[in-house]
Amino acid sequence: MNARGYSVNHPSVQERIEKKRQAALTGGGQLRIAAQHKRGKLTARERLELLLDPDSFVEYDMFVEHRCSDFGMEADHNKYPGDSVVTGQGRINGRLVYVFSQDFTVFGGSLSGAHAQKICKIMDQAMMVGAPVIGLNDSGGARIQEGVESLAGYADIFLRNVMSSGVVPQISLIMGPCAGGAVYSPALTDFTFMVKDTSYLFITGPDVVKSVTNEDVSQEELGGAKTHTTVSGVAHRAFENDVDALLNLRDFFNFLPLSNKDPAPVTECHDPRDRLVPGLDTVVPFESTKAYDMLDIVHGIVDEREFFEIMPNYAKNIVVGFARMNGRTVGIVGNQPKVASGCLDINSSVKGARFVRFCDAFNIPIITFVDVPGFLPGTAQEYGGIIRHGAKLLYAFAEATVPKITVITRKAYGGAYDVMSSKHLRGDVNYAWPSAEVAVMGAKGAVQIIFRGKENQAEAEAEYVEKFANPFPAAVRGFVDDIIQPSTTRKRICRDLEVLASKKQTNPWKKHANIPL
Amino acid sequence: HIRVTLCRHVHVKMADEAVCVGPAPTSKSYLNMDAIMNAVKQTGAQAVHPGYGFLSENKEFAKRLAAEGVTFIGPDTHAIQAMGDKIESKLIAKAAKVNTIPGFDGVVKDAEEAVKIAGEIGYPVMIKASAGGGGKGMRISWNDEETREGFRFSSQEAASSFGDDRLLIEKFIDNPRHIEIQVLADKHGNALWLNERECSIQRRNQKVVEEAPSTFLDPDTRRAMGEQAVSLAKAVKYSSAGTVEFLVDSQKNFYFLEMNTRLQVEHPITECITGLDLVHQMIRIAKGYKLQQKQSDIPINGWAIESRVYAEDPYKSFGLPSIGRLSQYQEPLNLPNVRVDSGIQEGSDISIYYDPMISKLVTYGKTREEALKKMEEALDNYVIRGVTHNIPLLREIIVHPRFVSGDISTKFLPEVYPDGFKGHMLTAGERRELLATAAALYVAAQLRSQKFLGDLRVSIVPAESRQWELCVELDKGVHMLGVSRAGNNYTVEIDGEKVEVSGEWNLASALLPITINGKHRNLQCLLRTAAGEITLQYLGTSFKLRVLSKLAAYLSKHMPEKIPEDTSSILRSPMPGSVVAVSVKPGDNVAEGQEICVIEAMKMQNSMTAAKTAKVKSVHCKAGDTVGEGDLLVELE
Repeated sequence: MNARGYSVNHPSVQERIEKKRQAALTGGGQLRIAAQHKRGKLTARERLELLLDPDSFVEYDMFVEHRCSDFGMEADHNKYPGDSVVTGQGRINGRLVYVFSQDFTVFGGSLSGAHAQKICKIMDQAMMVGAPVIGLNDSGGARIQEGVESLAGYADIFLRNVMSSGVVPQISLIMGPCAGGAVYSPALTDFTFMVKDTSYLFITGPDVVKSVTNEDVSQEELGGAKTHTTVSGVAHRAFENDVDALLNLRDFFNFLPLSNKDPAPVTECHDPRDRLVPGLDTVVPFESTKAYDMLDIVHGIVDEREFFEIMPNYAKNIVVGFARMNGRTVGIVGNQPKVASGCLDINSSVKGARFVRFCDAFNIPIITFVDVPGFLPGTAQEYGGIIRHGAKLLYAFAEATVPKITVITRKAYGGAYDVMSSKHLRGDVNYAWPSAEVAVMGAKGAVQIIFRGKENQAEAEAEYVEKFANPFPAAVRGFVDDIIQPSTTRKRICRDLEVLASKKQTNPWKKHANIPL
Repeated sequence: HIRVTLCRHVHVKMADEAVCVGPAPTSKSYLNMDAIMNAVKQTGAQAVHPGYGFLSENKEFAKRLAAEGVTFIGPDTHAIQAMGDKIESKLIAKAAKVNTIPGFDGVVKDAEEAVKIAGEIGYPVMIKASAGGGGKGMRISWNDEETREGFRFSSQEAASSFGDDRLLIEKFIDNPRHIEIQVLADKHGNALWLNERECSIQRRNQKVVEEAPSTFLDPDTRRAMGEQAVSLAKAVKYSSAGTVEFLVDSQKNFYFLEMNTRLQVEHPITECITGLDLVHQMIRIAKGYKLQQKQSDIPINGWAIESRVYAEDPYKSFGLPSIGRLSQYQEPLNLPNVRVDSGIQEGSDISIYYDPMISKLVTYGKTREEALKKMEEALDNYVIRGVTHNIPLLREIIVHPRFVSGDISTKFLPEVYPDGFKGHMLTAGERRELLATAAALYVAAQLRSQKFLGDLRVSIVPAESRQWELCVELDKGVHMLGVSRAGNNYTVEIDGEKVEVSGEWNLASALLPITINGKHRNLQCLLRTAAGEITLQYLGTSFKLRVLSKLAAYLSKHMPEKIPEDTSSILRSPMPGSVVAVSVKPGDNVAEGQEICVIEAMKMQNSMTAAKTAKVKSVHCKAGDTVGEGDLLVELE
């Protein structure tokens, strides 16, 4: 007891703390939790428990409450300790991560000023500490009762998303609705994952769409996981359910460095670095018109055939994703001959460019497998702006200063050859397989131009093939560093990555570059 | 000639000189005599070994070689012709006092004549291609209806496989054993029998597991069969290696089936027990040398087993062809007394153009028991990824009590697995072993995922634990497991029982050699995902497990069930192949079991039938289409 007659240890305060804590832990209450479960969704806290290592979660702002006093919101029964989001930091496989998890059981997870403030707090700290931010989105949208304060909250988050971009990795996992202005936070983060059947991302829902454009469309068709992972390219991967998504997210997190100050992580590796891959000697078919699966090459070369593919169902003519080489995270980019002959088009260029820029921002070496017949011709592509979109991929490879290793497995034709991490764009090590053909175009087309109107085109074609349909023209000029036996590719790349680990390269000072968006 | 740098196939790599005889379809390459004759001329070859299959029993080919003065390493054209024709061969066998099966020796004109003849012989009857072999173009019929259908199928298959649609019909010996005698004869009238091979384990009349010698033959029967085989060989002035196939009934009565005038697929087991190199002998004989051995020189040394490893799904009618790229492939050649004859390697494609055989896996031992043990070990250490294979079935056959005791017949598979092959049935103890291994593997992987190397700016706080509570699912059974660890040794507690599992836990290796409760086991990890799915190959069969932390398992209860698609109204191709015929069109009413279309794969015609009585909604294939496994063929309403 002090002079004024109360104690900091006064039982009633202790009780109040305990009561608030308990209230915070139950969110919107048992009924709403049951409703959440019934929808096949976990609660905000269950999700964090599963995402983070056991007992590692350190919660912030459990006592924060919303400050709205309109529309009866000031009533006690409308106050929930912690409001509609759970925030804090924790560990994934021992590594630090900042997290927020929106609580749909409290006002449908709607974003109040307080909710935004909580998210901003952990984002600010993540930036200072240098650790990634993972957001688990499950929110009906703005807290309408709060009006502009809610909008301000979104903007505060957007600003932080932008400031954090390229500083710490940011990952969004959409686990429920995410509509209206809210969608721009995930859009600004590095990776957006979705849960199938229970998550939606759209600017406006089906009702508004109907009233504005008279289109009939379901939630799922408009903004479900399938739409965004196959048609729009907004989301990078979709998972079966909450549990599947969170366990995969833990796995994915291990590929990422904590910040742009950290090198690509290296984990213990059981796969011999000098392992020969005999299957690669036969993977490229004799006939240059025949397709094969670039994933066969990727799986064969990387550690333990483990490849975390990004956007596996979107713009499938390019393959991008993370893997490890001798334990070290690498970004893989490869043309996919199986789909549209592996040509570059608008969507694949944009997909590739964003991935390459992520890798470059976070010190992840890039390994590029090239089998590209060129850019896709046609009005659809030209009208859609293939020139400026294609330029993005070129730009991304050119500006990247991380170790860049390129393997030309077969075709490297025309401008697309230049684009695909060529020697000319500062490729560190550029290899060609014996099946490589580096040329301006295929033999038939070339001969038709060079020998227009002349006879014996077949003979000319044979001469062209002899001259250009092989790795020598590039190799004699030093545009490829070596012609290697495919089965030795893994061994070579592992060795190169060891050497390039200390690579230092900087671009000229600039406020920021001006990528052709 | 093929440039050495382009040699990608094992058989080409092994050759000193190689000539490409054409594209993948066999009619344009290995069956294209012009192409092969050109290769002979181009290389100046003095002799041709025709292998097995393709042109090995083609008398026209042998004649063309003879016309060019090139030696055919095999018997004379006369013998090929006489024995290649099932009707003629039976007449010759009868004349040579070889026991034969009662039946109709002649060409059957049409389905109705087939029914009439079948009635005279008495059901069951066997309808087979006169020119055939290897089970192709063969159908067993138990009634008139089946006879008509069998006649149609067999003549089509015979036409497509051999270009000769003649058929014959004979009494079908129920429950027989298939035992064959290897003979070797030179051009000087000498002939030997090199003992028998038991090839009773068959599916759809194609051999799966063979052994030499047979557990069933006593020395007298063996000698009687051997002598008849030799007398047949002599009757047709046979030279080279050949095989006389017999059906043997439960009373050890044996009947001549046919003579194969070539090297047999299963010849390695004869080589193992006799010490003779049959191909070497064939070359010597072709050159005109005399046999060096006498009958008394031919031993039976030990026991040899051959498993035919096929790219087939054994869960569908004991083996429907599968195709794909061998993403990983490792033969168990590190083991002693193991021989693997194969023509493929890691990265090879198993295509629709050839027989889906991956290899012949042969093990040898002083006793049958030793050879069988070795086979178990070899199958467990055989790494095949990328195609579905029949190792689960092979592994089950060789440990089945009936097989182990030698109580087998050509009906073995349908008798032992009347409802189809379902994989290994785990005992309670085996189930515990499997669960414990999955749990230990899960923990080993979890621990490794916390191991980051190098200098770290932000230190790691590992969730260090020595105890794990896990929930493991296997075939809808859910088990709570407690795992504790000391180094590489894990103690797993399952339903009050403790299982000790230890191993190297190399998570990159295809093989997972571990010790479970002191017993050495070779498992293979086929799949391990972030979401806890683990597929283990254990005792040959692959088992799908899911390992989750107690928390994840608890929370999984809230996850919605996803409804799988209704498959009864959708007909998908069970294998890759080409569509031979489509018997329905949209709007047709079909009855359950009615033929919808016919898919030909690896030269076998497979009738696809309706799973229910319904109206045809849509047809997605037409005759001549190439279809992949799982491709939609027809949709019913």
